[in-house]
Amino acid sequence: MVKKTKSLNLNFGPQHPAAHGVLRLILELDGEVVEKADPHIGLLHRGTEKLIEQKTYTQALPYFDRLDYVAPMNQEHAFALAAEKLLNIEVPIRAKYIRVIFCEIGRILSHILNVTTQALDVGALTPSLWGFEERETLMTFYERASGSRLHANYFRTGGVHQDIPLKLIEDIEKFCKSFPKIIDDLEGLLTDNRIFKQRNVEIGIVSKQEALDHSFSGVMLRGSGVAWDLRRSQPYEIYKDLDFKIPIGKNGDCYDRYLCRIEEMRESVKIIIQCIEKLPKGPVKSIDGKISPPNREDLKQSMEALIHHFKLFTEGYRVPKGDVYSAVEAPKGEFGVYLISDGSNKPYRCKIRAPGFSHLQAMDYLIRGHMLADVPAVLGSLDIVFGEVDR
Amino acid sequence: MIENIKKLENIINSELTSKIQSSIIENDELKIEINDNDLIEVVQFLKSNEKCKFRQLIDIAGVDYPDEEKRFQLVYLFLSHEYNFRIKVLINFETNQVINSLTKIFPSANWMEREVFDMYGVKFKNHPDLRRILTDYGFKGHPLRKDFPLTGFNEVRYSEKEKKVIYEPVKLEQNYRNFDFESPWEGTDYIKEIKQKEKDGKKN
Repeated sequence: MVKKTKSLNLNFGPQHPAAHGVLRLILELDGEVVEKADPHIGLLHRGTEKLIEQKTYTQALPYFDRLDYVAPMNQEHAFALAAEKLLNIEVPIRAKYIRVIFCEIGRILSHILNVTTQALDVGALTPSLWGFEERETLMTFYERASGSRLHANYFRTGGVHQDIPLKLIEDIEKFCKSFPKIIDDLEGLLTDNRIFKQRNVEIGIVSKQEALDHSFSGVMLRGSGVAWDLRRSQPYEIYKDLDFKIPIGKNGDCYDRYLCRIEEMRESVKIIIQCIEKLPKGPVKSIDGKISPPNREDLKQSMEALIHHFKLFTEGYRVPKGDVYSAVEAPKGEFGVYLISDGSNKPYRCKIRAPGFSHLQAMDYLIRGHMLADVPAVLGSLDIVFGEVDR
Repeated sequence: MIENIKKLENIINSELTSKIQSSIIENDELKIEINDNDLIEVVQFLKSNEKCKFRQLIDIAGVDYPDEEKRFQLVYLFLSHEYNFRIKVLINFETNQVINSLTKIFPSANWMEREVFDMYGVKFKNHPDLRRILTDYGFKGHPLRKDFPLTGFNEVRYSEKEKKVIYEPVKLEQNYRNFDFESPWEGTDYIKEIKQKEKDGKKN
């Protein structure tokens, strides 16, 4: 007698704590082995690209905070760079340093969240409790610089919105001294943990070639042994002058990606310390009155400043005709903005290249043949945030 | 950097000759325009040629120009890790034209093409699974086309009466207001011109 087997369809999400947001994953199972995975995305689609077409460049910027809401300023950075390239303006050196400091803070924010929730997905509760305390500290730095913990709207075309408060730098420095100890603690809980290793080693292996074919970037690419980091290979801002290492994985599995993230956090701390040491004095935004708004004091005295202020916050600034692609190394990978300007005050088209989109696409290829219990582990190591996948 | 891009432009122009309609370097980025029939061949060349090695497809961006005869434009962004190059490949085509899918060459083109299909209604030949991706199940229309209104057509709410989520035509308390703040005066240029004239006058 031949036994007939039937594959089972399982809906994973959209409301599942390990789905890292609103992912609906339709899994075809043979027993406990996954035969096919079909991710349904778009449940958080807000039409960011359509909205940006209707807003001036200044108004478009806050939408970038809402993409990858775990590391908001890194996204703003990509848009600001694109607009600056089209406008052909220079950013003051102090603003560059401040931008880098906050981008690296964003990287730490994102990696803490990812590493600890990945641990949570495979059964370890403590790391997230420890990690989130540090995230809280980092978000207060965001708040002190920009006024809000998450949706910062701090990077502007031509610089940053305002100078950072005096004591903030001291506090960031203090944090940089204490934080490596916390990474050690986290590593003590996870790196040699038997259960954590059993759940992650040799799970979700990506070969070098596959990583390239599937448009992986960031840690997903480096975990597979490709030495590629935009901060090093296509340096923007002041990354050229900074000394940092780029950790690379060997096996391309979930565990290597975890190790890469841990090492990247240590490197980020080093970068921040270097920036604080070198931080020059000076203006923090472009002095071109046609692009950056005037000071509050000037508004009371100068007629011209008043006119500029009024024009900038109604009409905005006009950007010369052309198109440009600018990418930054966001914590999750290459985050790019392809901007087309028709010469008016609103972008004609703004295509957002989110790293998570390509990573999630490879889910089917990554999970095929694995057990159902590996789904959260692989998903966790992909570092998916639905704000940017769905846009 | 810029010299490398120029070299690359020369290589591509000499190898692909007639297939390249135009190539320019703008903002330090190389942009080539090709015919949509040649897409597969050109991309294959860019990926496999020893001097290019564009082994990663970064993104596909659709653009809508409603006033042009060839209404849609697709911009393919490629990256070469070996040589640290980026390139933009442009194709322009009319509304109902079917474009060859790149999924055979780059597996990652799958979702990117689905997104273009979803947002612009562009169809791809030989695509394994051309479904909508970002919009709702059963959505009608292509939202990123310029003639699609920002507010859309349908809105969703939970109906207490029917005990389920229902779709209704959009009702706005106030119409979407699009203020035109653009000044008809070319302020800065105007002033610049006057200053230039003054300078020129002084010299004379």
